[in-house]
Amino acid sequence: MSLVFDEFGRPYILVKDQNTRSRLKGLDAQKANIKGATAVARILRSSLGPKGMDKMLQSPDGDVTITNDGATILEQMEVTHQIGKLLVELSKSQDMEIGDGTTGVVVMAGSLLEQAETLLDKGIHPSRIAEGYDIASKVACEHLDKIAKDYDWTSQNFENLVQTCMTTLNSKIVGRCKRQMAEICVQAVVAVADLKRKDVNLDLIKVDGKVGGKLEDTTLVHGLVIDKEFSHPQMPKRIDDARIAILTCPFEPPKPKTKHKLDIDTVEKYESLQKAERKYFDDMVQQCLDSGANLVMCQWGFDDEANHLLYHRKLPAVRWVGGVELELLAIATGGRIVPRFQELTPDKLGKASAVKEVAFGTTKDRCLVVEGCGETKSVTIFVRGGNRMMVDETKRSLHDAICVARNLIRDSHIVYGGGAAEIGMAIAVENAADSVHSVEQYAMRGFAEALDAVPIALAENSGLSPIECLTEVKSRQIKEQNPYLGIDCNEVGTNDMREQNVFETLVGKKQQIMLATSVVKMILKVDDVITSGEYE
Amino acid sequence: MENQGSSGVLKQGTTEEKGEMARLSSFVGAMAIADLVASTLGPKGMDKILESMGRSKHVTVTNDGATILKSVYVDNPAARVLVDISKTQDDEVGDGTTSVVVLAGELLREAERLVAQRIHPMTIIAGYREAVTVSRDYLEGLAMDNGEDPVAFRNDLLRIAKTTLSSKILTQDKEHFAELAVDAVLRLKGSGNLEMIQIIKRSGGSLRDSFLDEGFILDKRIGVGQPKRVENAKILIANTSMDTDKIKIYGARVRVDSMDKVASIEAAEKNKMKQKVENILKHNCNCFVNRQLIYNYPEQLFTDAGVMAIEHADFEGVERLALVTGGDITSTFEDPENIRLGECDKIETIQIGEDELIHFSGCKRGEACTIILRGASTHLLDEAERSLHDALCVLAATVKDTRVVYGGGWPELAASRVVDELAAKTPGKKALAVESFSKALRRIPTIISDNAGLDSAEMVAQLRAHHADPSTRAGVDVLSGHVGDMQELGIFESFRVKQQVLLSATEAAEQIIRVDEVIRAQPRQREG
Repeated sequence: MSLVFDEFGRPYILVKDQNTRSRLKGLDAQKANIKGATAVARILRSSLGPKGMDKMLQSPDGDVTITNDGATILEQMEVTHQIGKLLVELSKSQDMEIGDGTTGVVVMAGSLLEQAETLLDKGIHPSRIAEGYDIASKVACEHLDKIAKDYDWTSQNFENLVQTCMTTLNSKIVGRCKRQMAEICVQAVVAVADLKRKDVNLDLIKVDGKVGGKLEDTTLVHGLVIDKEFSHPQMPKRIDDARIAILTCPFEPPKPKTKHKLDIDTVEKYESLQKAERKYFDDMVQQCLDSGANLVMCQWGFDDEANHLLYHRKLPAVRWVGGVELELLAIATGGRIVPRFQELTPDKLGKASAVKEVAFGTTKDRCLVVEGCGETKSVTIFVRGGNRMMVDETKRSLHDAICVARNLIRDSHIVYGGGAAEIGMAIAVENAADSVHSVEQYAMRGFAEALDAVPIALAENSGLSPIECLTEVKSRQIKEQNPYLGIDCNEVGTNDMREQNVFETLVGKKQQIMLATSVVKMILKVDDVITSGEYE
Repeated sequence: MENQGSSGVLKQGTTEEKGEMARLSSFVGAMAIADLVASTLGPKGMDKILESMGRSKHVTVTNDGATILKSVYVDNPAARVLVDISKTQDDEVGDGTTSVVVLAGELLREAERLVAQRIHPMTIIAGYREAVTVSRDYLEGLAMDNGEDPVAFRNDLLRIAKTTLSSKILTQDKEHFAELAVDAVLRLKGSGNLEMIQIIKRSGGSLRDSFLDEGFILDKRIGVGQPKRVENAKILIANTSMDTDKIKIYGARVRVDSMDKVASIEAAEKNKMKQKVENILKHNCNCFVNRQLIYNYPEQLFTDAGVMAIEHADFEGVERLALVTGGDITSTFEDPENIRLGECDKIETIQIGEDELIHFSGCKRGEACTIILRGASTHLLDEAERSLHDALCVLAATVKDTRVVYGGGWPELAASRVVDELAAKTPGKKALAVESFSKALRRIPTIISDNAGLDSAEMVAQLRAHHADPSTRAGVDVLSGHVGDMQELGIFESFRVKQQVLLSATEAAEQIIRVDEVIRAQPRQREG
């Protein structure tokens, strides 16, 4: 800990409670930061690519998660290292922005930092390294723009989209039925896509799952799945041409917020109160019927009496529907959420062509499926799988694939995967480096080396000899002027990624480079770390 | 080797296992679980005694894989995956809970060997995937479907039920119970809703005294002084409070200033209840079943009217009763014309063991039914119920998917033959994995024979020879200890169960093989 003395030679406290806090300065700080960050990146390295491995994570409560998704691994790993946390954030932001490539971005950042360490050893100032990386990342992105291809697909023919989703799913456990899954994802995305504006509202796609059955049983429902059943066991299990009243008020006498008391002191009052009570229930059901509804979805519970009245008047109802589901239902069926019975009118009802109760397996497990909802499109992907971990992982994988499909609809430019883009970028950056006449040249070379980390990790995970593969592909890319050559992870026999149909979105790749570079720049600029001691 | 996080990056107390170590620890954990239940597999499988933690020391004796695994406290994350698939198998098809775990365990054992030969886990997975597809398709092709022919189908069901029951405690009376289970399931008319089959356990008597009752039995009592026997019953099924109706309007309270008024309010209250009972009686019912309590006063009113009143029938009881008798469940009683009453020919009390139960016979719609289990002890009854539940689940699954295959290790051996053929044709390292898959499949008949005290190596070798001919029906005949013809022995299994076993086991094995790092957070510290 550094001590400062004032003009009288007395020690002067800069940081309070020096003994409980630790402080790292200068090069030591940078080295320590880099070490922490690369440790995190190394964990993810083996999950990269189609043959990447999974991680098993046990939470403090003993729940097990098995996953291959970078963002999920980092999130559940409980990283406490400050810089490690930055990488976790990095992965998360890639997940939110693009949805895929969450592993790649961390691996990229880790290898950039490794390169930075050797550059620091050479005595290059961290901010020069950061600047060099900055220039290099620009060069790399320009190169990506150059090699990117516009990708044509129409709403009739989305074979290309399916292919891209398959690339994403390749690396996951659902790879077994990737074709089916990819088709489901693409259909879901196309169903809700706004093709004119080229945008997709992912809120309209719900990925839901129930343990049981097999992966192949996963289906796409053009509508909603609500994990509830009808309130009265004898209500019809299927309603065609449903007109749904969506209520957020309970089937109970009103409870005014104002504090009040209702005193009963005579028999007459007692009796009239009973009548009033009964009338409440009658009125409520009548109001629903008057509006023309033939199904009631309510956020709250029903009194026994109300429940029977509903059944008696042939008005099926569902109780305890969650707030989120209610909202989705309202969006999907074009109905309005009605907070009071009095406000229920025919035009506020949601419409669906069919609502039915579906049972699963041997246990008492039922779901409501709302199909054919009005004009607005809303779909649900219903995942089935052998065990809970499988269903969870499938959900995550499908989320990734859906994001990829969305990105392609937004911007139909693609680059080729399998490390082809990275190798291409590395060559471009290397070439550009020679024309830069300052210290940044070294940093740019470092950047180019770092780019190689992705294809090397890919080759390593696929059981190929990494250096050999990389050098071969690199020399061929230069010799043949063909930027579509990559690592042949699936042992198909060709290095041309166009033939293997392995692509990624341009936005995704660009985002990876930019995010990784900016995080690395930030880490490099830190030269003082002050940690306060643990609370005792 | 448990290193404490990578250089302090992770939270304190978090442990991390990598690469070989991670794989080893998950393989070992999963195999330990598989070995735990392996000895319960097959008709001669042994049972386990489970003693619960805590003061009660509740004892369960069981042969059911899912029940055993559910009760075992597992710390190893990979083992948890296996426990999970067994549970899912139980939920989904009800049977095969042991097989699925054993198969997954064997697949992992083979995988371990392959990894030791320096084969990449992903290659193993690729091989397993191909093998499972081939074997599933092959079995699907050979599955027999008698769904069109009710007599033959009933026969199939009977055989499946017997096969399932033969590995359980009910094996002595499997003929009897198979008939029971098949009758019960066929009554459901394909709805597959097992809640409609009620199982009542009463200790005493022997297992053979168990019977299926066509009607419906309610484990409740009839009110005092009311008729014990009603013919041509008209039943009003209700879910309403028969004590004082509480006032449901918020904030209401009774406030009086003199004793007179208390008396008059009480009278009004009483009057209200009387009104309610009268309303109920207007339905012309001669039996009133309520889900909630019936207090003394209304009970007395019912007695006066000569109506049988049954209180506190639980929720399922009421639901089932509504289903059997075709009545509505009612909560308001103002509109007698539009409420359907349940009907049945006769209601009477019957005596089982030393308990009195209410028996509804000659019901209008005969979908629900009741199975009465009798047996020497509660442990026996619990196990009998589990076994019967398994059988019912399998049957219900078979009614939905009517395809059946032979049992007794036949599917495993048949599949292992085609998988071997595939291995011969597969180029590259994948072939080794495919071969291992077939080895794992053959372990199932091996374990069955071992558990039955047979010479398993001899048995499986003989079976393999038989299975060189694709049209063979050879399987393990545990009783005689020889290779037997499964068709003649009548050992059948549901295709759906077998398929689920194959797929779930492979899925679980794949999940575990793919792992190359285990990160374990420090268990949450519990207070106290």
